[in-house]
Amino acid sequence: METSELAKVASQVRRDIVRMVHGVASGHPGGSLGCTDLLVSLYFQAMNLKMDDQGSVVFDMSGSGEDLFFLSNGHISPVLYSVLARRGYFPVSELATFRKLNSRLQGHPATAEHLPGIRIASGSLGQGLSVAAGAAYGKKIRNDPHRVYCLMGDGEQQEGQIWEAAAFIPHRKLDNLIAIIDFNGQQIDGPTDVVLNNRDLGAKYEAFGWTVLHMDGNDLDDVASTLQAAQEAGGQGAPVCIIMKTEMGQGVDFMMHTHKWHGTAPNNEQLTAALAQLEETLGDY
Amino acid sequence: MKTYTFTEKKDTRSGFGAGMAELGRSHPDVVALCADLVASLKLDTFIKENPDRFIQCGIAEANMIGVAAGLTLNGLIPFATTFANFGSSRVLDQIRQAVAYSNKNVKICVSHAGLTLGEDGATHQVLEDISMMKALPGMTVINPCDFNQTKAATIAIADYEGPVYLRFGRPVVPNFTPADQPFEIGKAILLNEGADVSIFATGHMVWQALEAGKLLAEQGVEAEIINIHTIKPLDKEAILASVSKTGCVVTAEEHQMNGGLGDSVAQVLALNHPAPLEMVAVNDSFGESGTPEQLMEKYGLTAASIVAKALAVIQRKK
Repeated sequence: METSELAKVASQVRRDIVRMVHGVASGHPGGSLGCTDLLVSLYFQAMNLKMDDQGSVVFDMSGSGEDLFFLSNGHISPVLYSVLARRGYFPVSELATFRKLNSRLQGHPATAEHLPGIRIASGSLGQGLSVAAGAAYGKKIRNDPHRVYCLMGDGEQQEGQIWEAAAFIPHRKLDNLIAIIDFNGQQIDGPTDVVLNNRDLGAKYEAFGWTVLHMDGNDLDDVASTLQAAQEAGGQGAPVCIIMKTEMGQGVDFMMHTHKWHGTAPNNEQLTAALAQLEETLGDY
Repeated sequence: MKTYTFTEKKDTRSGFGAGMAELGRSHPDVVALCADLVASLKLDTFIKENPDRFIQCGIAEANMIGVAAGLTLNGLIPFATTFANFGSSRVLDQIRQAVAYSNKNVKICVSHAGLTLGEDGATHQVLEDISMMKALPGMTVINPCDFNQTKAATIAIADYEGPVYLRFGRPVVPNFTPADQPFEIGKAILLNEGADVSIFATGHMVWQALEAGKLLAEQGVEAEIINIHTIKPLDKEAILASVSKTGCVVTAEEHQMNGGLGDSVAQVLALNHPAPLEMVAVNDSFGESGTPEQLMEKYGLTAASIVAKALAVIQRKK
């Protein structure tokens, strides 16, 4: 898909995100908006997904014979749900049920309601990289040449389990795994540098044995080229970690340059103001 | 009192190792993971015969649980192994989110449960793991009694789809379960019929219950003795059938009283058939260093304790 087409999808996904969190007056728009370009690029361009004869995506829990994506920072579920729906995993109309009773779209991703596209629950932070490691290891055992992607937050890097997985993955030469850190510098209580300084994440991952790349996560061209570089760097014995600079709240001016919109939903006026900045390209749900 | 004999004493963890060795040969999807305790878990044969299906995780149990959850996606059946304390309380949140809530086919197999770990002391003597694991929706909790039963349980859980917590231990104990006895998850085993008191025991305490049965018989008390190897799902029918006959119950386990087998049995009784109940278990206390025998004696996990509780609970029927 061309960058201009990806941009149209991304604009619609951003509309979905702000409408979803507004609809239930809760959820996490900031990180969702920041990671929109990545998830659109992964699901509409970079990832090799299982398709039926008609070219529609097919979901099965095993994920064998296709690339897999794990969202470790599960609180940015709005962007994952929107991208999965827009990609065809479930009806777009179902986005209206986000965080409501009896919905498959739980506040944080879950498998219990059998939502197509979700393979593991996430929300309690720091666990996704380990699960992705297991999936990547399983692909090695099964001689499945496909890749495993895992997105984490930068605040999440404060969890100890991340560093267990960060040591395990290079040691086991899981070079079919691409980890991506959403480096937006913000977490609930403020800037990550203030709350608990991660210091030089790239240097840390390199020291653990990863190949580290950097990209601008809100530049679709840079995302595409960096993901391609990551794919090419894989398969050579070392896993790849992409430090992805993003702006929390990207696309909605008053949600940017602050941690305030990490976990806050817009009111009616704020929704109107946000939607005015995001073109409706594929039709609202 | 039916007589049970044994030709040798063996550790239940070696039963696990023997079960894994057999699974290595019969189940190509079984993968073993361990957190730097290979010898303690008796995984040597499995690893030697299936080096490509063993994953050494190092001293990083949280990651091991996540890796196990991820492995299931490819149709693999991961057996994640360590000491009981590090495979339960240390990683409760990982098990809760990535295994139980996500309904992954992970087998968490843990050794050195309870006081009989011995000299290492309370840091390693987990007495709360059954409580934590049985509280997780969808989790199966198994605590077999001897070598043969642990081996059979290990093989049986590979063919069961869903998360399992399999708990066993370090000391050698009488190996009396027939080697060819199939392991049925959730199906209690009636070891001795009796009309005066029901004794429901699990794990290492099953043999103590049989010893208690002999001592009670000498006093003219007929004890019905049932091996509850599966604490969840609990065999309610077997429990209610027995208590309907005997009218009183003693439970016995190498675990805290809070949240253990006794609590589960108490719930079944209270909801269905209220009856006097006494519990042989550790009463809201941590363990300490000592030999397994000394510790079981000091904390009251003995045949003599079961006898005393049985005589007391029979009095409460009147």
